[in-house]
Parts: sequence; structure tokens; C-alpha cells
Amino acid sequence: MKFKVNGVEVFASTGGRPFDKKKPLIIFVHGSGLTHMTWVLQTRYFAFHGYSVLALDMPGHGLSGGESLKTIEDMANWISDVIDAVGYKEASLVGHSQGCLVILECAFRFPKKIKTLSLMGGAGAIPMNPELLSLAENDDPKAVDLMMDWAHGPAGHFGGHPVPGLYHINTGGMLAKSRTIKNTLGIDFRACDNYKNGFKAAKEIKIPTLSILANGDKMCPVKEGKKLADLIDGSKVEIIDNCGHMMLLEEADKVLNILKKFILTYFPIKKN
Amino acid sequence: MTDKKKKSTDPKTYKFDTLSLHAGYQPHKNAGSRQVPIYQTTSYLFDDVDHAAALFNLERGGHIYSRISNPTVAVLEERVAALEGGTAALATSSGMSAIFLTIMTLCEAGDHLVVSSQLYGGTVNLFRLTLPKFGVKCTFVKPRDTEGFKKAIQKNTKGIFGELVGNPGNEIMNMPEIAKIAHNAGVPLIIDATYQTPYLCKPIDHGADIVVHSLTKWMAGHGSSMAGILVEGGKFDWMQNDKFPTMTKPYEGYHGLSFAEEFGPTAFTMKARAEGMRDFGPCLSPQNAWNVLQGIETLSVRMQKHCSNAEKMVEYLLSHESVAWVSHPSVPDHPDHDLAKKLLPHGKGSMIAFGIKGGKEAGEAFINNVKLASHLANVGDTRTLVIHPASSTHSQMDEATLKFAGLSQDMIRLSVGIEDFDDIRNDFETGFRAARRPRLVSNQ
Repeated sequence: MKFKVNGVEVFASTGGRPFDKKKPLIIFVHGSGLTHMTWVLQTRYFAFHGYSVLALDMPGHGLSGGESLKTIEDMANWISDVIDAVGYKEASLVGHSQGCLVILECAFRFPKKIKTLSLMGGAGAIPMNPELLSLAENDDPKAVDLMMDWAHGPAGHFGGHPVPGLYHINTGGMLAKSRTIKNTLGIDFRACDNYKNGFKAAKEIKIPTLSILANGDKMCPVKEGKKLADLIDGSKVEIIDNCGHMMLLEEADKVLNILKKFILTYFPIKKN
Repeated sequence: MTDKKKKSTDPKTYKFDTLSLHAGYQPHKNAGSRQVPIYQTTSYLFDDVDHAAALFNLERGGHIYSRISNPTVAVLEERVAALEGGTAALATSSGMSAIFLTIMTLCEAGDHLVVSSQLYGGTVNLFRLTLPKFGVKCTFVKPRDTEGFKKAIQKNTKGIFGELVGNPGNEIMNMPEIAKIAHNAGVPLIIDATYQTPYLCKPIDHGADIVVHSLTKWMAGHGSSMAGILVEGGKFDWMQNDKFPTMTKPYEGYHGLSFAEEFGPTAFTMKARAEGMRDFGPCLSPQNAWNVLQGIETLSVRMQKHCSNAEKMVEYLLSHESVAWVSHPSVPDHPDHDLAKKLLPHGKGSMIAFGIKGGKEAGEAFINNVKLASHLANVGDTRTLVIHPASSTHSQMDEATLKFAGLSQDMIRLSVGIEDFDDIRNDFETGFRAARRPRLVSNQ
């Protein structure tokens, strides 16, 4: 659906079901340079099982208008604005990669609004490889090719997409190339590289938090994810074997099962 | 940049030959089976009611019924998508069903297509006679008439279709320019690249949006199994205009799903599967998918031999006293030679058309007397194949349509195999000798 946030049109997938303000809200926040489509194998389940879902295209990404936001802090504020714009007081947040930094910072800034955090392939900081950052900022498509290479685990490089007929690496690459690389990936990578508040924010998080990590993740390795999780009170950690950073596609079912259990426990649908 | 630095920014994603052998398959998810298993089953157990509903609602990936998808077929689909540089693919029971499914996914009654005139005879008949019965009309344009494609576009045009190298006359479409024409009109370019395989050309890299193949041909190579596939490039923006409401508007058949919004770069394949395979059902058998996979494993090495034998054959035919003319993009005076160098850098393919002196009678005598080359209605087998199109593949066409399709009565279509070239040449010598004395050697 399309709606406006601070006067700018935003697109969000509602997971194939109409958006219903009576249902609890789960917001999915994509990673650097990507779009709402990375979440298709998680969002539809929740939308069909009693939740309202918004898989956002961040400003300047996918089908959303406006320009890409330049800092993780601005993105965190924007998520809070999204919650206001759709008429909610609270939401559960799910993030992937850069999206983890965004929702972590959002929960730190707006603790009353955010009810749970689900971090996939997250870390307290995501310093960028200087060459990758430079390629992205210079609009070089090689940045996307490299990202797709590093973001997929050894098994993921062979394919084996859960949806018959889809090929992971080319699909992810096409998403990242759907807008100008320097204006999406370039800005996002710089925002990740500049963000320094992750570990401080983590110490202040008091809500149920889940970290899903993958032992073949080169971009946010397990040890970095654990370092962040250790700072969050009562944080739960799940590690997926034989999988890379693009876990939400590479092992979509495992991710959904873990996420389902967590959300249904800590952000259940209230029965009247 | 130092060598060390250069290495660090070179993507390590697998390259063509490796993908030919491995893409789409993970042994550890299949009991460690090194070879792709044949899932010879119609249907798949649901864990529980919730799991069943999730599969039907497209909440999860997975298999329901082998008309819609099958794990062995899915490996083939991913493998071809990987080789073509596509986002997704959908395999079908034949190349023709891949074309039909593509058009039925794209068009509704009242729509129009611009189509290259030089196509396989069955494809011509689909566009000329069958699709109009469904309310889809076509305008045919000669493949070299690039400007003609632009002029033929109408308000209700939904796509441009062509074979990159036309069957059987070897005329080449200027794919990059025709892609621009299609995109300026807000419609996709669909290319049948059966003759090339992704080893010789990846049409998506040159602007095509959807690629179709008869996998029965070079991709499989062995001539044992029928199969087709459509591959999606993922770049086409279905939401740029209001031409494709069935892609962009809520679809009643899936709880109001908008394929373009939900699946973006794989929307076309998702719709073709969810709607087309469900409603038309041209599914590929797992056994045939497996057979095609065996062929794809050796695609590179076979294509290299096909092309080198074809080049030798061109040289032989050009200097032969019984040959009136030779059409192959490798010939310097072929009208599309320069375009072929650009689009087909790894080889110009193994399809040769030539005219035999003595016309129709000589052609028939040649075909009746070659012994190694097989006379049949197929191309792209590892074995050398010959046919006389005017009396076989294109025989349903009248004289005027034959002429428009670039065919003549003396034309012999040759699909060069990977036998030892000397043996093919010796066989052709026998055929040519007979052609010079047609009445005496006819085996009728």
C-alpha cells in the first residue's frame, strides 16, 4: 500500500492481506540497497495469521518516493514516523543487516513504541569494506555483484531457492539495481559505516529481542552478532547452519519458523 | 591497483561452466545425493493444515502438486535462470508451450504483439492462426527491418517477440535496438534463443526481458526429451504504465495479490506459474527435466564442437560445386555478419541454411541419400540433422507466406552435429553426388 510519511509517499507491502488497524503491527526493515521484496517469505505468513504487516521500502528505495536517508539515526526516527503515520502507538520490528541497526536505534530512541526486536544478520556496528563502499558510492554495478557474492553462503551460491524457479543471487542483485546504486546502496553503506551508537543502544534495550545469525555469514559474522546480543538483557540467539547473510532467502523456512515462535510468544495477538 | 587489491574486489560467484554443473542444487538437502534426484511424484505431504494453507497462499516456498512445480524440475529452472543471468525461470513440457504460456501470461483478448516474421513454422502458426482465436492479434515484421518493429507498435501492443537468429534463414534481429524500441513503448522484448543457448548469447544482457527456449535442442543435446523454459530478466518495470493490469492490479485468484508489487523482479514467472501452470498445466515431467540436466552439464564443450564443426562445414559448402548459396552468420558477406560478431562472440551457432543446385528435386535426392546425417524435424541434436523446410517444418505455409518467411524451395536446413567432421563431409559428398543424378538414385 502507499501512504505518506512527512509528506513523502511511501510504499509498503502488506503481505498480501489488507492493512487492518485492529491487528497488531509488525514492521519489516530491509538491508542496504534492497527493498520490501526481500521479506516476501516471512511477511505473508504473519499477514495471513492475524497481524498487520508493513514491509517497507525505505525512502528512495524500491517503490517509495523521496531520497535515501543519510544516517541510521534519521532512518530510526523515520520508522517512528511510519508508526505514527499509520495510526498506531506501538509495533514489533524486524530488521535485516542495516535494518538491524535501524530498528536497534529506533528501540533505543522510542522505547515505549517498540515491543519486540528481531535482528537477522545483525551486529552492533557494520563497518564497510572501503573498496566496496567506494564502488557503491561511485555507482559501479560491481558493488552489487560483490555484495551478492559476500552476502550468500557457500551453499547459497549454488542456489536452491525455496520458491521453485527463483535464483537467489540474480534476484537479490536485481533488487539492488532497481534504483541508482550510488543513491541507494552508496548512501546506505556510508550510513552503516558512520553509525557508532549500536553497542550503547543495545545496553538500553529492555524489550524481548531475538538475534538470528548464520554461521556462513561473512558480512555480519556470528561472533559480531553474539557480541551485540550479549549486551541486550535476555536476548535470544538462534544460529542457522550452512547459511550466509541472506538467510531470509537462503533458509527462508528456518528463519520464518524461528521468527514465528518468537513473535507469537512475545507479541501475541490479543484475544477479546 | 595491485594484483592483491584487484583480487579482493573480484566477485567469486560461480562462472558459466560451474553453474552448468551445480546451479540450483544442494546435495546436503537431498540425502547427500551427488546427482540430482528424480522426484517422480505427483504431490507432496503437508506438515499440517497450516502448512498446506501457507503453500497455497504463497506464504512459503515449496511444492504442492507437480503440475505447478517439482523439485527436479526446479533444479533445471534455477540452473537455466543462473546460466541466462535471469532472476527466475519456469520449465514447460516443450518450447512451444513455453511460448504459449509466456503470451498467455502477458496478454488478454484485444491485445496485440509485434512479431518477427522469420520463425519456426509452428511458432508462425501460433501467432498467425491460433492466438487470434484468443483475441490476440499480431503484426509480422521482417527481422532485419528494425524500424518496422517501431512502426508496427499500436496502442494495445503488449510485447515484441522474435527468434534472435531466425529459423531457418539465419536472419538476425538487432536485439539491442529492438529492445530500445520495446522499452520506449513500455512493453517487454521476448526472445527465443533456442539456437544460441546462453553459451553463445545471453539475450538479457542485450536488453531482452523474457527469454524462451526449446530445451529439446542444444540445451539437452541428446534428442531424447521434450522440454521448454521461459526465463525472466527481472529488469522490466511492469508498473511503469497501465498496460499490464493482470501483473499490477489485485488478482482475484490469489487473495488480491499484485504480482508486480509483491514479487518485483520475479513477478512474471510467479504469475506464469501461479496462474498459467495452474490453469493450462503444460508441466515438464521430472524424468525429462533430469534428462535435460544431463545435457546441460556438458553445454559448453558441446557448443564449442558444434560451432567448430559448423565453421568447417561453411567452408566446405562455400567451395562446393553443388551448392548455390550458403547462409550462416560466420560468412563475411552474410548481411548480419557484423551484428553476429557483436551478439555471438563465442560462436555463430551450428544452424546452416544452403541452397542446392537443381532446386527441389536435387534437395530431395540429397536428403534421401545422406546416411550419417539424420532426416528429421528437429535441430540441435548432437547428431547432424538435415531437412527440407518447404516440404516439412514449414509445409503448412502457402507460397506467399514461405517467401515472407525467407524460405525457398531449394533450401536445405542443416543442424551440424559433433561427429568427426570428416565423416559428415564424406556423407554429404554422397548426398551431393546423388543430387546431381536425382532420378537414378532415388530410394523411393
